[in-house]
Amino acid sequence: MESVVHNHWSPLLGRLWWDAIPQEPIVWATFAAVALGGIALVAALTYFKVWGYLWKEWFTSVDHKKIGIMYMVLGLIMFVRGFADAVMMRLQQAWAFNGSEGYLNAHHFDQVFTAHGVIMIFFAAMPFVTGFMNYVVPLQIGARDVSFPFLNNFSFWMTASGAVLVMLSLFIGEFGQTGWLAYPPLSGIAYSPWVGVDYWIWALQIAGVGTLLSGVNLISTIVKMRAPGMDLMKMPIFTWTALCTNILIVAAFPVLTAVLCMLTADRYLDFNFFTNDFGGSAMMYVNLIWIWGHPEVYILILPCFGIFSEVTSTFCGKRLFGYTSMVYATMVITILSYIVWLHHFFTMGSGASVNSFFGITTMVISIPTGAKLFNWLFTMYRGRIRFELPMMWTIAFMLTFTVGGMTGVLLAVPPADFVLHNSLFLIAHFHNVIIGGVVFGTFAGINFWWPKAFGFKLHEGWGKLSFWCWAIGFWFAFMPLYVLGLMGVTRRMRVFDDPNLQIWFLIAAFGAALIAVGIGAFIVQVGYSIWKRKELAVDGDPWGGRTLEWSTTSPPPAYNFAFTPVVHEIDAWDDMKRCGAPRPTGNFQAIHMPKNTEAGIILGGLATAFGFAMIWHIWWLAGLTFAGMIGYAIFHTFNYNRDYFIPADEVTATEAAALGQLAPAGA
Amino acid sequence: MNATTMDTMTTPPSTPAASPEQLTAAFYELEPHHHPEGASTMLGFWIYLMSDCLIFAMLFAAYGVLGGNYAAGPSPKDLFELPLVAVNTAMLLFSSITYGFAMLAMAKNQKGATISWLLITAVFGAAFLSIELYEFANLIHEGATPMRSGFLTGFFSLVGTHGLHVTFGLIWLFTLVAQISTKGLIPANKRRLMCLSLFWHFLDVIWIGVFTFVYLMGMLR
Repeated sequence: MESVVHNHWSPLLGRLWWDAIPQEPIVWATFAAVALGGIALVAALTYFKVWGYLWKEWFTSVDHKKIGIMYMVLGLIMFVRGFADAVMMRLQQAWAFNGSEGYLNAHHFDQVFTAHGVIMIFFAAMPFVTGFMNYVVPLQIGARDVSFPFLNNFSFWMTASGAVLVMLSLFIGEFGQTGWLAYPPLSGIAYSPWVGVDYWIWALQIAGVGTLLSGVNLISTIVKMRAPGMDLMKMPIFTWTALCTNILIVAAFPVLTAVLCMLTADRYLDFNFFTNDFGGSAMMYVNLIWIWGHPEVYILILPCFGIFSEVTSTFCGKRLFGYTSMVYATMVITILSYIVWLHHFFTMGSGASVNSFFGITTMVISIPTGAKLFNWLFTMYRGRIRFELPMMWTIAFMLTFTVGGMTGVLLAVPPADFVLHNSLFLIAHFHNVIIGGVVFGTFAGINFWWPKAFGFKLHEGWGKLSFWCWAIGFWFAFMPLYVLGLMGVTRRMRVFDDPNLQIWFLIAAFGAALIAVGIGAFIVQVGYSIWKRKELAVDGDPWGGRTLEWSTTSPPPAYNFAFTPVVHEIDAWDDMKRCGAPRPTGNFQAIHMPKNTEAGIILGGLATAFGFAMIWHIWWLAGLTFAGMIGYAIFHTFNYNRDYFIPADEVTATEAAALGQLAPAGA
Repeated sequence: MNATTMDTMTTPPSTPAASPEQLTAAFYELEPHHHPEGASTMLGFWIYLMSDCLIFAMLFAAYGVLGGNYAAGPSPKDLFELPLVAVNTAMLLFSSITYGFAMLAMAKNQKGATISWLLITAVFGAAFLSIELYEFANLIHEGATPMRSGFLTGFFSLVGTHGLHVTFGLIWLFTLVAQISTKGLIPANKRRLMCLSLFWHFLDVIWIGVFTFVYLMGMLR
C-alpha cells in the first residue's frame, strides 16, 4: 500500500482517477453500509415527503434554536464516526502482539488515528459546544435571536461542509497520516505527496471560517442583545463561559487560518515556510499551530464548565456559590490559556528559562480551575441535591476531571514531560480531561436542555445505563494508558514487541467496549424517549430552573419571548418566581423577526465543491466554485428584504395555546 | 418537591411584595422598545477586523522568523526600491483620504458626491495594486521568487495578503457603488459604507506596519 505512487493528472479530473478508490476491504464494507443506509434514508425521506419540510423549516432556517439543534445532530453523527475510529485503534493495539500485525496496515492505521483526533475535536466537540451556545445563549439573555441570524446559518453550513470533506476522504482517496495536527516536514509535499493532508487542510480551513464567524456572532449577541437590567455581572454563568469561549475563538482561529494558509502555500506553491531547506522553519509551524491549539481546548471546556455550573445550582436548588469568583476564574483561564502553548513541546529545546516560564503558567491555570471545583462543591454543600441525570454527569465530571487535571499539572513540570512526552500517559491525560469534561458536559447538557428543546424529558432508565457504562468504561479504557505511558510506551504505535504489555491493552479495549454500550444506550434513550414523548412531556420549567430559558414554553416559540423579560437579579427566572410576577396575558404586539434564507446552504455547498476541487487539483472547478461563492455572496447582498413581522394575532394565538403549559410565575 | 421554595431563606427576592400588575410591569417589558436594525453590525465588523488583524500578526511573525533566512539568495537591500514603495504608500494613503471625503459626503446625504469620491478612492487603490504587481513582476523576473528563500516566502505572503485584501476591498467598493446607485443612501447602505471605511483604513494601518517593518527596516538590515 504505502509504496503506491499516485501521479495521474488530467485537466478535467485533476488527480482524481480509479486509483482514488481505497484498496481496503474494510473500507469497501463501510462504504457499502454507508451507501445502503444513505439510500434507505433518502428513500424514506422522499417517501414521507419531508424534503420540503427539512428545507423550509431547518436547512434554510435562521432560528438560533434550530441551528443549535442542527449543530448537535452534526456533532452526534461525527462523534459516532470518531468513536468507530477509536474502537478500531483499541482493537488493533490489543491484537498486534506476539508477531501478529493486527488487522490494519500502517497506511490505514495512520489515517485512523489522524481522523479520530481531527473528527473528535473539530467535528464532534466543536459542534457540540457551538450547538449549546447557539441554542441556550439567546434564551438565557432574553433575546429573540442572535445578532446576525443569516451569518449563523452560514456558519453552520461551513462547519457541515468541512465534515462532508472529512467523510469523503474515507471513500475517495485517503486522509492524512500525520497525526491530528499535521506537523511538517511530514505533512509537507515531499513526505505526504497525495491528497490526505489536503483533505485535512481544506476541511479545517472551511469549517474554521464557520467557527470564526459564529464566534463574532455570539460575542455581538451577548454584548448587544441582553434583556434590560441584565448587566454583565447578572448574566447566567453559562452565558459568561460562552462569552469567554467566543472571545477565545476570535482570538485563536485566525491563527489556525493563517498557519493552514502557510502550509497550503508550501504544498501547492512550493513556498518555504516550513520546509527543511531554503530557510524554512518546521518549528515555527509547531509554535503557530499550538498558539491556536491550546486556546482550542479551553474553547471546548469553558462552555462545559458553564453547563456544570447551571446544572449544579439548579439541582441543588441554590444560587451558585461564588458567582463572582466563577466569573473571574473563567476570565483568568481565558487569558492564561493564551500563554501556555509551549508546554506541548518542551522537548523542542527552547532552554530552561523558556520551559520554566511555560511550565509555571501551565501550573497556574490549575488555580482558577480549582476555584471552580470548590465553587461547585460548596454549591452542593447543604443543597438539596436531586440526583437527576444531568447532576449525575456533573458529579462524574468532578471526580474524573480532577484526576485529569492533576496529571496535567504533572505533565506541566518540564523534566517530567521529557520522560512522558508523546507517551500514552499524555493520551490518557487529555482523554481524562476531554472525556471527563467535554463529553460528560455534553451529556449533562443534552439531558438538561433536551426537555426545553423538545417539550419532553429523556428517559431516565436508559440514560442511567448510558451514564454508568460511560463512567465505568472511561476508567477501564484510560487508566491502563497511564500505566503504559509510565512504562514508556509511545503514542500512535501499531504493533508491539513486548508481550507483557498486552494485558493493559486488553483492559483498555474492554473499557472501549463498555463505552460502546454507553453510546448505544444513549441512542436507545433518544429513540425510546421520542417514542414515549407523550408520557415524558413536560411544561416550560421541568427542573425548577433558575435562568430565563425556563421562563418560556418547551419548546419555545419562534420568537422565544412574547414580552422581553426585565432582569433584576442573577438567576432572573428564579427571582421572578419568588417575587410571584404574573405573566402578561394580553395586549400582544407584532414581533420583528429575520426571514429564512437559502444563501447559507448554497454557499456551504459551493465551499464543499471548492475544497474538493482544490484537494484533487481540479483547477477549473476550483476557479468556477470560488468565483461562484464570491458572485453569490455579492448577489445575496442585493437582497435588502430580510425580515418580517409575526402579526399580533399569531402571537396571541401561540401564547393562548401555550397558556396551559407555562408555569404561571405568580401561582 | 417544589424546587422554587428551597432557597427562599438564602436570597431575598429582588422586588418586595407589590400588586400583581406592578410586578408584571416590573418584570416584563410591556411596551416593546425599538431595536434599530443592524445595531450590532459595527461591533461585529470591528471584532471581525481584529481577527483579520491576527492573521496579519501571524504573517508578520512568520516574516520576523524567516526574514533573515536568505538561503544564499538576495537580501532586502538587493531587492527593494524605496522610491517605488514611497509612491505606492502615497497611493494608499491618498485613497484613505478620499474615502474619508466619501464618508463626509455620505454624512451630508450627497449621493453623487459619495459615489464620485468612492470611484476616486478606487483609482488610487487600483494604482496601489498595479505598482505592487509591477514590483512583484520585477522581483520574479530577477529570480527573487517566493520559492527562492524563507525571506522571500515571508515577504511575498505578507505583502501579497495585504494586496489580496485591497483587491477584495475594491470588489466590495464597486458592489457598494452599484448598490448606492440603485437604492440610494438608505441606512443599510450607510452601514455598509461605514464597514468598508473601517476595512479600508485598517488596511492602511497594516500597510504602515509593512512599510516600516519590511521595507524600511529591511534596508537597514
